[in-house]
Amino acid sequence: MTLLLAVLVGVLYSAGIYMILRRSLVKVIIGLIFLGHAANLLIFTIGRLTKGIPAFIPAETDKLAEPFADPLPQALILTAIVIGFGVQAFAIVLFKRAYQTVGTDDLDQMKYTDELKEDEQ
Amino acid sequence: MKLLIVLPIIIPLLFSVIMLFFWKNVKVHKVLNLIASIFSFAAAVILFSRVKNFGIISLQVGSWQAPFGISLVADLLASIMVLLTAIIGFAASVYSLGSMDEKREKFLYYPLLQFLLMGINGAFLTGDVFNLYVWFEVMLISSFVLLALGGKREQLEGAIKYVTLNLLSSAIFLAAVGILYGIFGTLNMADLARKIPMVEQKELVTLVSFLFMVAFGIKAAVFPLFFWLPASYHTPPIAISAIFAGLLTKVGVYALIRVFTLIFVQDTDFTHTVLLVIAGFTMLTGVLGAASQNDMRKILSFHIISQIGYMIMGLALFSPLAVAGAIFYIIHHIIVKTNLFLVSGVVDKMKGSFDLKKIGGLYKYYPMLGLLFLIPALSLAGIPPLSGFWAKFVVIKAGLDIDQVLIVAVALAVGLLTLFSMTKIWNEAFWKDDPKGNEDKIINSFSSITLSKKVMMFSPIIILALITVLIGFNAEPFFNIASNAASQLLNPDEYISMVLGLR
Repeated sequence: MTLLLAVLVGVLYSAGIYMILRRSLVKVIIGLIFLGHAANLLIFTIGRLTKGIPAFIPAETDKLAEPFADPLPQALILTAIVIGFGVQAFAIVLFKRAYQTVGTDDLDQMKYTDELKEDEQ
Repeated sequence: MKLLIVLPIIIPLLFSVIMLFFWKNVKVHKVLNLIASIFSFAAAVILFSRVKNFGIISLQVGSWQAPFGISLVADLLASIMVLLTAIIGFAASVYSLGSMDEKREKFLYYPLLQFLLMGINGAFLTGDVFNLYVWFEVMLISSFVLLALGGKREQLEGAIKYVTLNLLSSAIFLAAVGILYGIFGTLNMADLARKIPMVEQKELVTLVSFLFMVAFGIKAAVFPLFFWLPASYHTPPIAISAIFAGLLTKVGVYALIRVFTLIFVQDTDFTHTVLLVIAGFTMLTGVLGAASQNDMRKILSFHIISQIGYMIMGLALFSPLAVAGAIFYIIHHIIVKTNLFLVSGVVDKMKGSFDLKKIGGLYKYYPMLGLLFLIPALSLAGIPPLSGFWAKFVVIKAGLDIDQVLIVAVALAVGLLTLFSMTKIWNEAFWKDDPKGNEDKIINSFSSITLSKKVMMFSPIIILALITVLIGFNAEPFFNIASNAASQLLNPDEYISMVLGLR
């Protein structure tokens, strides 16, 4: 299972990096989402996968028996998913607005701010 | 007394939430924003004096003992940064009152400003790596909105570059946090600092340190990762640019200083040499980029990059004097850079353009503005006796002390080129005649601005210029504070035992 997830994380990273190197805005945002998911799954995998042993202390003892599933990586991922969702939603709206204003979704044509030019005001 | 540490976070949060209840009531927003800035400033001063006199304060939020809960820690560096944030936040708030257009104010400019300040303060005060990530996101989302607010074409294009690269940086940061947790099973910085010497896989730790270097490097705009900065920082209104220029990249620098003095010190020969190379290239590319520009804001944006190089250089040299120099440099730079942006905003209001080829003759009509520009400009270039001279002097002296001649040579050459850029702005905007010969018309459009708005615009510039002169003529106490902060960073025992409650 760990190996499978590791491969999946790798695939998501490579797909994400490939996508953000594309010129289309939509592909860039998909790439960013992939990278976010890859990071989340990486935390999940690296926090050691333990199946079916929740971190509850049984009634008859007062200590957790090893091994148990570490709940912290899941809390981290939950936080990261929520943050990622908000930020990505903002990014999508921003990209749509930019598309409407600039009239293209080709990143190569969005060099208005980088050109050395006379101020047009 | 420990609750003092949450005030710089709570005050902006509380006031921005109250502001949201007065939806689009700009007058209330203005008043509340000013009150919030004053309270934040007072809280920052008290926190700073307390940390300076009585040592590090740490608070375990919700009384969950470290390393299990989230720690807030105010050491000297963090409290200096919080104080600077409060000063810049106050300056930008006052300046906004005189210069911000009503449309942006109606679209919640002031609450967003306070949310941004909350995120910045949180990033400075946290003692937990994952919590640092969360504060970075709070700060970023506010800065995204502030950058794009107004929806002009150049703003949106700049925002796309800014948002994309910062999201990439966040993803890398998050992955690095995950791997760090996988190795150590803790994310509390003090606990990490204690556990790192015991780890066996030293190479893995070095690898993670590079992920952090890239993630924070993007936010700090260091050499190969800075392209979002000159593409975006000049696009929003000047009050926003000024606060970004002063504070946001410095959060990245602060995070670099924090992790590379507290956590990743197991292989300084390698990591800090890489940082030194990065610092050299950052200085050079920044200053050369500035030399080719004609837009005042773009010149100043590129100079942020070159100045970041000096701070990274101080960190990379990693001697007590060098780290003290880096901290002193941050203090000087935040004040000066914000001020230069504010002055460029006034120039735009007077002449209707930031383009150096289209403006001129300002000195003839406003000699006082010329003086107010010269103080931060010469300070940025490092002319004695202004603050920039001492900052550069300390960093360069630290470099000479450990025989890093090459980086010292780069630093000195970059100082000279900075002077060239500042002289260029001075010659073009202030000294030469107006190219269109229409001084009177433009001056009229500036004089149509009401006196109270002019006061709002000029008073922060004057205050920041006075602080620059004060640091310049009275550098010793400032340097002592910086060097105390550096010794706290380089001997983290007090930090660790304070957070973990070992005594």
